[in-house]
Amino acid sequence: MDYATVLQILDSALRLMTPLLLACLAGLFSERSGIFDIGLEGKMLIAAFAAGAAGALTGSVWLGLGAAVLASLALAAIHGMTAITFRGNQLISGVAINFLASGLTVLLGQSWFGLGGRTPALEGGARFATITLPGAEALRGVPVVGPLYAEVLSGHTLPVYVALALVPATWWLLYRTRFGLRLRAVGDNPASVDTAGVSVVRLRWAAVAITGVLCGLAGAYLAAGLSAGFVKEMTAGRGYIALAALIFANWMPWRALGATFLFGLMEAVANRYPEIDLGPVTIPSMFMSALPYILTVIILAGFIGRATPPRAGGEPYVKER
Amino acid sequence: MTATDSVAGRHAAPETASVAPAIELRGISKAFGPVQANKDISMTVPRGTIHGIVGENGAGKSTLMSILYGFYRPDAGQILIGGRDAGITDSQSAIRAGIGMVFQHFKLVPNMTVLENVILGAEDSALLAPSLSRARGELRRLAEEYELQVDPDAVVETLSVGHQQRVEILKALYRHADILILDEPTGVLTPAEAEHLFRILRGLREQGKTIIVITHKLREVMEITDNVSVMRRGEMVATVRTADTSPEQLAELMVGRKVLLRVDKAPARPGAPVLEVVRLEMVDRTGVTRLRGVDLTVRAGEIVGIAGVSGNGQTQLMEILGGYAEPGARVTGAVRMNGADLPLTRTDAAARRRAGIGNIPEDRQVEGLIMDFSCWENTVFGHHRDPEYQSGPLMDNDRVRQRAERLIAQFDVRPANCHLAARNFSGGNQQKIVVAREIEEKPALLLVGQPTRGVDIGAIEFIHRRLIEMRDAGAAILLVSVELDEIMGLSDRIVVMFDGRIMGERQPDQTSAAELGMLMAGVEGGGIPPAQGQPRAHPDARPDLAKGIL
Repeated sequence: MDYATVLQILDSALRLMTPLLLACLAGLFSERSGIFDIGLEGKMLIAAFAAGAAGALTGSVWLGLGAAVLASLALAAIHGMTAITFRGNQLISGVAINFLASGLTVLLGQSWFGLGGRTPALEGGARFATITLPGAEALRGVPVVGPLYAEVLSGHTLPVYVALALVPATWWLLYRTRFGLRLRAVGDNPASVDTAGVSVVRLRWAAVAITGVLCGLAGAYLAAGLSAGFVKEMTAGRGYIALAALIFANWMPWRALGATFLFGLMEAVANRYPEIDLGPVTIPSMFMSALPYILTVIILAGFIGRATPPRAGGEPYVKER
Repeated sequence: MTATDSVAGRHAAPETASVAPAIELRGISKAFGPVQANKDISMTVPRGTIHGIVGENGAGKSTLMSILYGFYRPDAGQILIGGRDAGITDSQSAIRAGIGMVFQHFKLVPNMTVLENVILGAEDSALLAPSLSRARGELRRLAEEYELQVDPDAVVETLSVGHQQRVEILKALYRHADILILDEPTGVLTPAEAEHLFRILRGLREQGKTIIVITHKLREVMEITDNVSVMRRGEMVATVRTADTSPEQLAELMVGRKVLLRVDKAPARPGAPVLEVVRLEMVDRTGVTRLRGVDLTVRAGEIVGIAGVSGNGQTQLMEILGGYAEPGARVTGAVRMNGADLPLTRTDAAARRRAGIGNIPEDRQVEGLIMDFSCWENTVFGHHRDPEYQSGPLMDNDRVRQRAERLIAQFDVRPANCHLAARNFSGGNQQKIVVAREIEEKPALLLVGQPTRGVDIGAIEFIHRRLIEMRDAGAAILLVSVELDEIMGLSDRIVVMFDGRIMGERQPDQTSAAELGMLMAGVEGGGIPPAQGQPRAHPDARPDLAKGIL
């Protein structure tokens, strides 16, 4: 494997990592506040559809992004309603949101565009433009580091850089600000926040809203960055993989970057080498494609490391008598 | 007697005569559905005094204090702080009015540092750094002033229960609380830690702070308070000066009838050894050694009490004896019942029951009862395979119900309705259901864990009497309790556990709480006078923070 191939794989891994990272950070905010969210998948899916549909109709990626965020926020609001306001079961609400998104996108897509659930292909201004980082061309000649900068880091679309910037931003927010302190506290012991005179409900709603915005961005990137248009079930389980990465990352932002990059890398390798020839046996392409999902199962089954989820996760807060 | 006519703080700071009382409650009422938790309660607490509030479980003490702290809004009544209507509508306004509360189950975030917990909700700005450095200085000042030393950077879950409680007090003081409410503050403390807490509280009183202590331990009320209010069934029945009352009088006011505080029992007439534990060691799944060679004998007709701070191996010992040791744990040594070896691993609780061991587990709500099952179903667990309750392949439910009715009558379980779910009974009545079930089978050995935790005085008296009766009928009883009074009152022999070891054995009439307290803190010999400072719970101790018992 030569250096150029490594660069290609890394470049592709970065792109494939982005929706996972955005969704993973989205889940981090929600779960740190004590609201489990398995509806990341559904929110991303409806956001991807909204971005595809609005982009196709208006020709503007920004309107597409706006529509994506709004659609995702709408589902987040349903989840917040169920989980926070009505103290319902968070898992069931999440599953319902996934089903709703899965059905609604195809139904609306077919009835609006008649393409069997797809949206028309997005072109030009309806997609995210690639950004060349300053000095990329000048540095290309520098050995080893130059190509890494010019070919791997440079030349991505806006959401990729936003996702990367969100990692330190999230860390800073969580550990250096009042909001972060309260967010971490409310996910671990909401009574401590309540008795300190801070509203548990308001904090959790804020977290769920952030989750909605980030899932919206992830969905928009799927439809208008990674691909050119919405395709039925295009999230392909990325919401669940993001959840697995979140557990793997032990609900911490920097580790989320590492975990999602690992998944992105696996997907990139599977794309580049559908079959790996090991002499006597050939690893079939199906296995390579299934690898991220297999890893997800292993992580979720708790075989790797010991994860300590937010203690109050999944439980509606009721003032005790 | 009404609340207003008798209070005049004896130890009050000199200026109290002229200023308005710190707290004045007027006609507070609160109902939860059909249950009237507080009925027309009036109470006055002078500034700079320590005021005790006593009453049985469900008397409305906690509700009243939660109203004062803004956790609930009263249906009627007025709260005056320093003579003015404080307009307390939520915790935030209560904090602004200068009220701080230390809940029975601490409201701390276990995986955050002491500093972070202290500033939570009282941050100075959107960024944490300035608040953290100010709090660090403030904590140093408070530590010196009130003996409230805690490492500000320690993560709360690594602290002993006593230190966690200090964090709660620090939280309140950091918010400039003038009035401090403590709900059952000594429930989880060692005697030495409790002494230290009392010194802190007296120090706070010297500084003019007003303190309310909710408790059911009458000895502590007598020791620390200036005045005491007694509540019964949602009403304030009396407020008296502590100097003018006695534990007996308070108990009578609480229960509404005469109560025997001391356990009355004849000397034990021990027979042959029933249970022998030989060099029992246990390493749990995570590799932590929980028991380090425990030797113990319990004979027929005696009660052996195990004293110790919770988390020093008592739970593991009782679980092994009860036949449900933690899966994956390594257990070595021997346990003999009437001379026959019992299996230590791969055993089941049913086999233990067949061997004649009854079990009143430490945590009745988790191990003793299924909270959503009805009372009658709960009375048969563990014996449900007995032929007596079978009818062909099915359960003979009628018979089980009949038996439950009989037990309810015998053990005075209230309400006397065997169809109610276990969670609808008060703590004391839940415990009576468990005790009834276990005693009824007349086991040769009865394991008893924390029999009166969260149980009111009337029920404590009842349960203690039953245990003595069982002993007198020749049963061997092994008792674990963190309540030293209970251990000293009930036991015929006392062993003290610390860090998975038996620290020593004492006769209840030849020892003192101080000596046992030293042994509980891991000090060999026990005769040494209490050192400065305070014992820390063993690092492996599991603070009962997470247990969330009602």
